[in-house]
Amino acid sequence: MSANAVSLAYLVAAVAFILALKGLSSPPSARNGNMIGAIGALIAVIVVLISGNLSHVWMIYVAMLIGVVPGVWAARRVKMTAIPQLVALFNGVGGGAAAVVALAEFLKSGHTDPVGSLVATVFSILIGSVSFAGSAVTFAKLQELMTTRPVVLPGGKYVSALVAVATLAAAIAVLPTGNTALVVALLALSLVLGVLFVLPVGGADVPIVISLLNAFTGLTVAASGYLLNNTLLIVAGTLVGASGTILTRLMAQAMGRSVVSILFGAFTAKASTAGGPSEARPVRSAGPEDIAILLAYAHKVIIVPGYGLAVAQAQHTVRELADLLASRGVTVEYAIHPVAGRMPGHMNVLLAEANVPYEQLKEMDEVNGEFASTDVAVVIGANDVVNPAARTDPSAPIYGMPILNVDQATNIVFMKRSMRPGFAGIENELLYDPKTTLLFGDAKDSLTKVVGAIKNM
Amino acid sequence: MSEGMALLTIFVMAVFVGFEVVSKVSTILHTPLMSGANAIHGVILVGAILVAGHADNAIELWLGLFAIVLATVNMVGGFVVTDRMLEMFKGKKPGARASAGSDK
Repeated sequence: MSANAVSLAYLVAAVAFILALKGLSSPPSARNGNMIGAIGALIAVIVVLISGNLSHVWMIYVAMLIGVVPGVWAARRVKMTAIPQLVALFNGVGGGAAAVVALAEFLKSGHTDPVGSLVATVFSILIGSVSFAGSAVTFAKLQELMTTRPVVLPGGKYVSALVAVATLAAAIAVLPTGNTALVVALLALSLVLGVLFVLPVGGADVPIVISLLNAFTGLTVAASGYLLNNTLLIVAGTLVGASGTILTRLMAQAMGRSVVSILFGAFTAKASTAGGPSEARPVRSAGPEDIAILLAYAHKVIIVPGYGLAVAQAQHTVRELADLLASRGVTVEYAIHPVAGRMPGHMNVLLAEANVPYEQLKEMDEVNGEFASTDVAVVIGANDVVNPAARTDPSAPIYGMPILNVDQATNIVFMKRSMRPGFAGIENELLYDPKTTLLFGDAKDSLTKVVGAIKNM
Repeated sequence: MSEGMALLTIFVMAVFVGFEVVSKVSTILHTPLMSGANAIHGVILVGAILVAGHADNAIELWLGLFAIVLATVNMVGGFVVTDRMLEMFKGKKPGARASAGSDK
């Protein structure tokens, strides 16, 4: 293939990526958008394989095969609730790949490179490694291999600052010297920095970090593209970097938080919650039969699904409950907070998987006016998204976040595992409200018992 | 225009396109969009193939091959899992789609 033909093919692939992102931004075109992106990527890979004048071709094919098998297997087999950590994992290996590409390119020609290329090398290795190590920690948090709470090491602020300064120093030192040992040191320091960067972030905020690291990886790919003089990598990487940055801000806005407070909030947060939960205040709890009666004789029920529902994998059981109630003539709707679940939009995917009819899923703005005319609001494994403190308490970390007006319903049922506060770590006054009834236990168990009790009526 | 300037121009243009193209997204698509963008940066596979294919010694070759494995997982896995997510949204009634598309 001539150089122009290759460039043309790369241009087609780049346009495909733009169309893919555009398509993914709107529901009717999303699936086609993703398909167009995949075709663009396929074109790019085929072109480089036939035009690259490559040696070691068979080893390259074998390496690709080794990547395809676990990639497809994981993507097909993963449970819908585990999607966020898989995305984190895929993002991490992408960042790692970009850093390794930069490292290999540096070993090939780095010592004679102009400063511009060395800047790109350093950037790619630093940010790629941060993305790789950071994604590994987010994976561990979401997979619950480690605590989902913010982890602040003793003197963590200073350790992080020290490592950041050392990393930066190593990065700058590489530029005039092109020294291989310094580059390896930079790689190691960047990996540590990536871990320290994500540790202090709380479980509920992890999706924002994944999105941010995703943008990071995009920029890393762009920098590697600069090194290799490859326009397609520059365009694709930059597109992801820019769109990922916007997406990160959109997600943070939906949570009513700033990106900075999410990343560094744990360093400054007061231990305001420590005393809260221990104080014993009366709550009203009930058995599944009582809840069943409450629901079966209601006219209108709104279900508010949350994190706990996703964790308990109770989306199918909740649909069973909704169908059962509907067959008794009860109007059932679902109120979906924009950040319900483990990622923005995650709850929609989970409920769609359980075949919940789309017209029953109501977004926040749509449903908030309806709570006043609702007999029972059933909050399943959600907490912060219905906490009135977001409206009333300026000192609460979630203050200003739009919430679902569950407190306006005639009766409120909370299905919770315990009295533990939500991920934001603040008390929910609603739990002590006289019209609130609590049903303790795993969301799936509780729902199954309630369904059983209604069937026996 | 030098080659460096040309690449810089491309970079800046791509930044603006990236900002524009996702400036309005309904919250229900945040997760699939993130996942789709994630798959797109798997195109670093092209870079990894070039590095492995033009390697001069064993270290470069193995680094390149390692990068190919990682990048392939990223790209292929990313597109497949995004498709699986979006599959859930298919076959909905047009009315439901319109409401789902409304910006929050």
